[in-house]
Amino acid sequence: MTLRFSWAALIGLAAIVPTPVAWSVASGEAAPACSAPLLDGGRTTNLADYRGKVVYLDFWASWCAPCRESFPFMNELQGELADTGLQIVAVSVDKTADEAQRFLARYPAKFTIVLDTKGACPAAFRLEGMPSSYIIDRTGAVRAVHVGFRGSDRAEIRRQLTEILNGGK
Amino acid sequence: MRMARFGLGSALVLIATLGGCAAVPPWERGTLAKPVMSVDPPTQEQQQKLRTYGAKEGGAAATGVGGGGCGCN
Repeated sequence: MTLRFSWAALIGLAAIVPTPVAWSVASGEAAPACSAPLLDGGRTTNLADYRGKVVYLDFWASWCAPCRESFPFMNELQGELADTGLQIVAVSVDKTADEAQRFLARYPAKFTIVLDTKGACPAAFRLEGMPSSYIIDRTGAVRAVHVGFRGSDRAEIRRQLTEILNGGK
Repeated sequence: MRMARFGLGSALVLIATLGGCAAVPPWERGTLAKPVMSVDPPTQEQQQKLRTYGAKEGGAAATGVGGGGCGCN
């Protein structure tokens, strides 16, 4: 084996080694297209259908522990801000509807739940962690990204939502 | 020359083994959260195993709890 051939092999192998997933869609970028069926019915929902509303797009799963805390918070947001044009869409990335339903039986949701078993939406948004949430303004641009859910995020999310809801656009 | 070849060889081996690693996207980590993926066996099974082990060793708390072995605690 010549040295030259070895280098070629080395470079070839390096190309196979998995590269880290690209960074998430960031604040300021347009929200990618994303559609998934509603959990409790076959109707497909498009993210673009909510253009003109401020969308709080949340990615969750039944196996995701912090999601248990985010659900009561999202119910609160829905109660407080739905009148001012907020739409909460929570995308379940579970593999089956059963898993999602079991979670919802314990942590009920008062907002829109869609099920994306194929993971097309999280792939389009290039999630960096679970849960992740995106605040999308009335023009369809991402305005804020939250990875994970901590108690301290509540105030920040509420502030951002209120600002975007009141800021026209 | 010989050193270069050795270094190259090591790099080849390293990269070939790295190929076995897969990046699991965050939204697919549920698969890793399934019970079969846990390091410890299920609690009930473990209890049964401990019980059998305790009986075989012939003493209460044969698994290392203080005072075990002689049955005098």
